[in-house]
Amino acid sequence: MKIAMIVNGKSVSREVSDNTLLVEYIRDHLRLTGTHVGCDTSQCGACVVHVDGQAIKSCTMLAASAEGAAVTTVEGLAKSKDDLHPMQVAFKENHGLQCGFCTPGMIMTATDMVARYQAQGKEITEDAIRHELEGNICRCTGYHNIVKSIADGASKMTTV
Amino acid sequence: MSEGIGARVLRKEDKRFITGKGRYTDDIVEANQAYAAFVRSPHAHARIIAIDTSAAMAIEGVETVLMGPELVADGIGNIICGWGVTSKDGSAMNMGAWSALATDKVRYVGDAVAIVVADSKSIAKLAAEAVVVTYEELPVVVGSVQALAKGAPQLHDNAPGNLIFDWEIGDLAPTDAALATAAHVTEMDITNNRLAPNPMEPRSAIATFNEAEDHYTLYTTSQNPHVARLVLSAFYNVAPEHKLRVIAPDVGGGFGSKIYIYPEEIACLWAAMKSGRSIKWTSDRTEAFLTDAHGRDHVSTAKIGFDKDGMIVGLKVDTKANLGAYMSLFSSAVPTYLYATLLSGQYNIANIYCNVQAVYTNTVPVDAYRGAGRPEACYVIERLMETAAREMGMDPSELRAKNFVTSFPHQTPVIMAYDSGDFAANQKQAQDAADVAGFAARKAEAASRGKLRGLGYSNYIEACGIAPSAAVGSLGAGVGLWESAEVRVNPVGTIEILTGSHSHGQGHETTFAQIVAERFGLPTENIQIVHGDTDKVQFGMGTYGSRSGAVGMSAIVKAMDKVEAKVKKIAAHVLEAGEDDIVIEGGAVKVAGTDKQMLWHEVGLAAYTAHNIPAGMEPGLKESAFYDPTNFTFPAGCYICEVEVDPDTGVTEVVQFVASDDFGTIINPMIVEGQVHGGIAQGIGQAMLENVVYDDAGQQLSASYMDYTMPRADDLPNYSVHHASTTCPGNPLGMKGCGEAGAIGSPPAVINAITDAIGNNNLSMPATPAAVWTALQDVRSKLAAE
Repeated sequence: MKIAMIVNGKSVSREVSDNTLLVEYIRDHLRLTGTHVGCDTSQCGACVVHVDGQAIKSCTMLAASAEGAAVTTVEGLAKSKDDLHPMQVAFKENHGLQCGFCTPGMIMTATDMVARYQAQGKEITEDAIRHELEGNICRCTGYHNIVKSIADGASKMTTV
Repeated sequence: MSEGIGARVLRKEDKRFITGKGRYTDDIVEANQAYAAFVRSPHAHARIIAIDTSAAMAIEGVETVLMGPELVADGIGNIICGWGVTSKDGSAMNMGAWSALATDKVRYVGDAVAIVVADSKSIAKLAAEAVVVTYEELPVVVGSVQALAKGAPQLHDNAPGNLIFDWEIGDLAPTDAALATAAHVTEMDITNNRLAPNPMEPRSAIATFNEAEDHYTLYTTSQNPHVARLVLSAFYNVAPEHKLRVIAPDVGGGFGSKIYIYPEEIACLWAAMKSGRSIKWTSDRTEAFLTDAHGRDHVSTAKIGFDKDGMIVGLKVDTKANLGAYMSLFSSAVPTYLYATLLSGQYNIANIYCNVQAVYTNTVPVDAYRGAGRPEACYVIERLMETAAREMGMDPSELRAKNFVTSFPHQTPVIMAYDSGDFAANQKQAQDAADVAGFAARKAEAASRGKLRGLGYSNYIEACGIAPSAAVGSLGAGVGLWESAEVRVNPVGTIEILTGSHSHGQGHETTFAQIVAERFGLPTENIQIVHGDTDKVQFGMGTYGSRSGAVGMSAIVKAMDKVEAKVKKIAAHVLEAGEDDIVIEGGAVKVAGTDKQMLWHEVGLAAYTAHNIPAGMEPGLKESAFYDPTNFTFPAGCYICEVEVDPDTGVTEVVQFVASDDFGTIINPMIVEGQVHGGIAQGIGQAMLENVVYDDAGQQLSASYMDYTMPRADDLPNYSVHHASTTCPGNPLGMKGCGEAGAIGSPPAVINAITDAIGNNNLSMPATPAAVWTALQDVRSKLAAE
């Protein structure tokens, strides 16, 4: 079947089999390989992207379900090629990544959680960040610097 | 801001990872690429009676299905263990045959039986399920103690009683004598639970065969691509080394599990040759649990004796090490030379004896996982010390301090010669940071909320920077453990460092550039680190055992020494000065005490134009070095963990975790702290959450993230990380290594804290709420009975 959507601001359309997962559509058909697959059970969060502004695990959604949606992957998070999203800057400045494999999913989850809290006018505490990260696994950092990165990214996002 | 040694330089490699531009193996697509899936044994122990591939071959898009007998007929060799360990009776270890694809028997659930190659991953998986294998099931054994018992099922004909080796270290008679006359003896049964390493990037491989050139290329998730090529070539006969290029691009974590050469890479290379297709295989997560080498799995009994003043007189340990169904690449070294040689801990112990029996079972092969033997040793000695202190009514930190090694070098009775350290300084720093003095008040406050608060120590020492090649050779290693480096100064003065070390999260692209920046006064942006490709980089040994600083960077230093010498010669010649008067600083090469100088890039250009260099000098500016360590290095430290236990539920929270480490020279504190954070998280994971569980039939019950408890953000605290360092005398930068310390030092601190809180020393890892609650009930019913 032919599936069309807007990915990182561009209209795309591909002929794929109907059981194609969104993450396969993104990685194998669009060749956007920043979105990763780290498990088979929707536990690790390496595949998180935004669909119509909401963070979702792209291994858990059929590409067909995203027909017509606006999808943002880590490649499309910054405003332009020469720019970084404040959350990306925060991860770099706080050493929030080591091997980098979980990082795209962490950043996509982080931007979503901060946007949600800020839209509700709620402060995002360390406890809240740790709780919100329950769907993202990192094996390298012990989360200490990821939590710091997200708190810093949150303050950077308010000042943008 | 300085970018040299000691600076918190932000990582050069980060931009590609935070923007999704990393290049991991599975991101790569080769022309004419097919996909592989493996037919795996559903049984833990069975004889293969027949394999029917007809249904699989009939599926559209299936290229081929290949099996073990054909692999063996093509001369592909068995997978080997590269470290020979000799039993105490002088006999060699009993290595059972391990074919990349099983030929007659399968010995664990997940054992590969056939490789299916198809046009897509989904077709390959479908076809793998359509391969019909007829098995005759055999009796199964999964535990090391059970496998050694009389009448246990036999895994390998050449390993009677499933015994791989029965090895010893130290002196038995004096140790027994010391324990017999000790004023106090503490004896414990200590189990070190089996873990799955779980780097977030699953293993992956892409194999290509170029028929016209008779040449193979393998992209693979490896910590040591040159070692992979050597082993694939010399032992598995896939291709001669000059006909095989191994590339390990961005690798998403390793923790030891990506050191080894697995059946899948071998089978993919062979199938690429057979089918003429490039073949990609990427493990899924359950496959990773079923095939990536596991870690730990020791069952020990240990006895430590003290005189009336609390001085240690002897230590005796008996360990059964479960190595799984086959011997993985370095599996024999982990429970022997990487374990028992560290049993002396930070203490003066005159008499040590350890006996290790390594055992086959119907489980995934076990090999080095972050720490590799040293966490097991640390857990034994640090559980003993804390428990002994409690039994003798002494402060655990005072009992340790009394027994600290304080003069160096210190020869232990178990091979290691500690070269430096100040264990009291680490302990004091950790105690101050943890406010141990205020613990009693915190405990009382917790009690007022109905919580049990406990505090535990772990004073670890480990051996890194492995190691003098001749020394490890004499202990059975099949390889040397040096490292190589090449420093290429380009005609424009920029520098490429080609290193045999491999970065898979450690930040080498930054820290290696920092030592060059420090040496030549150049910005790190002018320095590029090249690694992970056997076509680009000279032979190197790779990254594991916290060796990339102490060994890998030392090789760079040696190569830089040679570059510096040549730079000085050229500058002295051009500037008409004496070589001894030339200094390099701030990106310039100067005649000391004058205003005469050449800029760094002018020297580079002079070397390559060769218009005006000393007579007889070769043009160019490129030097290489191979550095062989003179000793192991000995990182050490003191970890303090504080927990609160809810007595009603057993739920335990780590409320404080303090680390004081001695890593010698630190190049980039930000990266070193990150390494410690990650190591502690894995250690807390082992202590409280993680456990590979098999049922009696050999089925792994913990083979997904729904079942195996990976530590998550809300399971873990922030860490308070400190350094009190002594310089390592053994290498040019004075470095000790920081990659594994966190995982080595933390588990005993956690368990010592929980056992302190609940008042019961008998608690095994992982200390789940159920285990903690049960241990608490045990002690309460005992108290009630009294």
